[in-house]
Amino acid sequence: MLQNRVIPCLLIQDNKLVKTVKFKNPKYIGDPVNAIKIYNEKEVDELIVVDISKKRYENGPNFNLIKQMADECFMPVCYGGGISNIDQIQKILKIGIEKIALNTAIMLDTQLISQAANKFGSQCIVVALDIKKNWLGKYKVTFNSGDQMINTDIVDFAKTAENAGAGEILINNIDRDGTWEGFDIEMIRKITSNVSIPVIAAGGAGNLSHIKDAITIGKASAVAIGSMAVYQSKGMGVLINFPKTKVLEEINNL
Amino acid sequence: MNIVIVDYGLGNPGSILNMLRYLDIEATISDNSSVISNAKKLILPGVGSFDNGIKNLKTSGLYDVLMQKVLGQKIPILGICLGMQLMTINSEEGIENGFGWIDAVTKKFDFTPERGLKVPHIGWNRVNTENPNIIMYELQDISKFYFVHSYYVSCRRPHDIVCSTTFGIDFTSVFAKDNIYGCQFHPEKSHKYGMQLLKNFNSL
Repeated sequence: MLQNRVIPCLLIQDNKLVKTVKFKNPKYIGDPVNAIKIYNEKEVDELIVVDISKKRYENGPNFNLIKQMADECFMPVCYGGGISNIDQIQKILKIGIEKIALNTAIMLDTQLISQAANKFGSQCIVVALDIKKNWLGKYKVTFNSGDQMINTDIVDFAKTAENAGAGEILINNIDRDGTWEGFDIEMIRKITSNVSIPVIAAGGAGNLSHIKDAITIGKASAVAIGSMAVYQSKGMGVLINFPKTKVLEEINNL
Repeated sequence: MNIVIVDYGLGNPGSILNMLRYLDIEATISDNSSVISNAKKLILPGVGSFDNGIKNLKTSGLYDVLMQKVLGQKIPILGICLGMQLMTINSEEGIENGFGWIDAVTKKFDFTPERGLKVPHIGWNRVNTENPNIIMYELQDISKFYFVHSYYVSCRRPHDIVCSTTFGIDFTSVFAKDNIYGCQFHPEKSHKYGMQLLKNFNSL
């Protein structure tokens, strides 16, 4: 049986591993390459690495760091951050990264999704939707680390991404990021019930039952964990961390 | 060169080389026909579309080189993911013929929405042994592997199936016939299980 994946989601800012709360106040965690070595030993299902450095679009992706990380990974890796064109995607795939997450580059035009999917295959294109509620309480898609909100409905945007050739959709609820309060199951269901490609749920994981809910009730194919993967527990110190294989298999069997 | 990973412009041969290096296995990536001609073993990787794969191999002249190495010299070859599918007769993904080294065809996962199975088949899954083979040495029972694909191999001769995997249906996840091996999953992204498989291939 196919197992639902649990994926540490790592944030990089200026070569450092950091963790945010609601996409703000990045706190220093450690060295990203060291952390990846540990996740490798723990045999994590997959990794998502997102560069949130301020100048990521000006400077383009940090290929040196991506290469250093890829060399340590004997599991699939998805990279996002600072990507704006097809040449950068090609370069990152060649380094040995399997998947590319696109966000700000597709805010106004989803053409890069179809271009990349046609050239490299849908399986390597992940569309990342950072979602928050507007003042009317409606879910909206945002870009640029949550700073720019567009008016498109989240389901419409997800469907557009699917039709353009995305292989997976990563949905992150900004208001839950770093809160340990659990996933936004309503938001996850909205997306999973309307697209046929796998959905990775992110934002709010605080314990194993949250993960289970995202999978069994939300119908997510995979979940991303941020704080849970880098802290001992809420309010406690740094610990590069991942639930044991056995525990995760029990969740999968529920 | 011991193992040559055939570079025909599709996929991420870098991560296979990376794992082989970690295992201290001598290997290189090449698109050069004389380098490939001198290989003791070959790995045919690939992520992408079936027709693109065959066309790239034909335009570069590597198609004939591989035919000679595999059918003439009978050196061991391992096809990974699309590389495995290219070894079959043809694919529902395209109109080109494959190498036809194995009596199998490549089909598309086709499920009704009610079954709730999302395609591509992405993630970690198990393999069930159908016919024990040295390529799966020390890999029974607890092994899991990373898959990402929308098409699957269907072998016509049950004897060629080393392992099957269940995703909606049972499909061939590993086949073997003489010197020809194929796996649908990505050993280079499957932690210690993938390492063991590459070690087994190296020991052939």
